[in-house]
Amino acid sequence: MNRKTSKSWFRLASNGWAFVLPSIVLFLWLVLWPMISAFLMSLQKGKGTVTEFAGLDNYIRLFHDPVFISSTINTITYFIIQVPIMLILALIISSILNNPRLRFRGFFRTAIFVPCVTSLVAYSLLFKSMFAPDGIINQVLMAMHIISEPIPWLLETFWAKVVIIFAITWRWTGYNMIFYLSSMQNIDKGVYEAAEIDGAGAWHKFWYITVPLLKPVILLTAIQSTTGTLQLFDEVVNITSGGPANSTMTISQYIYNLSFKYAPDFGYASTVSYAIFIMVAVLSLIQMKVSGDRNDK
Amino acid sequence: MTNKQTVINTGKTRKRVIYAVQYLFLGIISIVSIFPFAWMIIGSTNKSMDITLGKMTFGDQFFINLKNLLEAGDLLTCLKNSAILSIFITCLSMLVCSLAGYGFVVYQSKKKEFFFSLILLSMMIPTSSLVIPMFKMFNGMQLLNTKIGVVLPALSTAFLIFFFRQNTKNFPFETIQSARIDGLGEFGIFFKIYMPMMKSTYAAAAIITFMSSWNNYMWPLISLQTKDQRTLPLLISSLGTAYTPDYGMIMVGIIITTIPSALIFFLMQKNFVNSMMGSVK
Repeated sequence: MNRKTSKSWFRLASNGWAFVLPSIVLFLWLVLWPMISAFLMSLQKGKGTVTEFAGLDNYIRLFHDPVFISSTINTITYFIIQVPIMLILALIISSILNNPRLRFRGFFRTAIFVPCVTSLVAYSLLFKSMFAPDGIINQVLMAMHIISEPIPWLLETFWAKVVIIFAITWRWTGYNMIFYLSSMQNIDKGVYEAAEIDGAGAWHKFWYITVPLLKPVILLTAIQSTTGTLQLFDEVVNITSGGPANSTMTISQYIYNLSFKYAPDFGYASTVSYAIFIMVAVLSLIQMKVSGDRNDK
Repeated sequence: MTNKQTVINTGKTRKRVIYAVQYLFLGIISIVSIFPFAWMIIGSTNKSMDITLGKMTFGDQFFINLKNLLEAGDLLTCLKNSAILSIFITCLSMLVCSLAGYGFVVYQSKKKEFFFSLILLSMMIPTSSLVIPMFKMFNGMQLLNTKIGVVLPALSTAFLIFFFRQNTKNFPFETIQSARIDGLGEFGIFFKIYMPMMKSTYAAAAIITFMSSWNNYMWPLISLQTKDQRTLPLLISSLGTAYTPDYGMIMVGIIITTIPSALIFFLMQKNFVNSMMGSVK
């Protein structure tokens, strides 16, 4: 190293740029640049490598594309139904587990968190085998007299969606529970005691103390689950492959199919990519606004 | 019995009922959470046919299933690929992201804050929006179907940078000042003082990163095209989406895929929960 480079290296180290530069370079190269080039690609038309400039044609095509519309509706359905169920369930579980007088807390906590160690592909295939037409789920439900004949879970559009929603909830409820539990442990016990003296019941304490104090964490988990659910891919590919009749297909899977399964149409696939990006961004911003927290601490 | 006693007694029974309901609720949720694991272990000892018919007793097919898996899917190659990728991604991305998290806090400046907000916003960019341009770009650079092509995009993640930045905020600045006076260089402080002191943060970050890279699916599915480069999730996914999947060997594959992340989680559970608390505060 000659003097000059060693001097500029020293400067980069002492003003901190050398620390953050690797991340910034990777970000510009592998996130920002792909986003820009995806936009440029979305203005192109044609299959494979033969493409021509198409302006906004692809964006107009979106609104006339039945598969795009149905996969968007599916994705939004998962989001609207699954995220609230999961977060509320996680909140209820963690507020029960937060009671120090409860027995077997450690066992319950570990048991409910343990689905998180499974890989998405692995648990998807587990669920696929459990929900087979003559599979274990149907047998258990019939033995308990909840249903009288087997439900064709993965063969009917409605039930296939139910299985996907159930599967995601199984995998992620414990994950969110850990976030809530850890921040509940930071709440001053005195607040609850004071409320008890004022005659507040369990429900009041939950709704007027726990929930407001947990707002930042709830926001964090809500944003994480929103982005996660909107880019749902592994589960649908492996449980239903988008079927029956595209009824469970998500936008991410449609992007994959457009570019790597059918004759590659990168231009249109990039347009769909932008659509999902805008959806995720808008929803996250709405959630931040609603909770009035800029996430800036 | 006087009136007052009745009130106390009904209060007690009411409390008991509430507890009973809570235990029942937690019990049901725990059973639902654990059941698929029992299903996986029992299934690995049975024939595919019996699995789809919901057999809930142990069979004697485990070694046959394992043998089928070794022959059908080249299990060992996939295991090796998954291990190499996850270890490289975990080590390198912890280095890159902790450097950044530390830099953004210790050397705060307007320009750096700008870049940090940009990186934070990129959390909102779905992977599926990036795969097509990345596929074209990596194709041009001959990085498709290589391990480098899988490692590179996983190195710098917004979440991990954010995680290290939040945890660095609790790091005592006086330590840095006094180390400077002692004549330690900026990087010396980072490697010799910061890293050892932040052990539990690194442990939690390692768990998160290892699990996500071990289970990484979409980008490897697109970029790794030949059989000799496949990872474990790609292997079991290709077995599972076959026309007539052999669930016996899939169950064995699922067990092998699950063991490493389960082990890491149980070994480091304490650290993990503590650091999560640190980052949420």
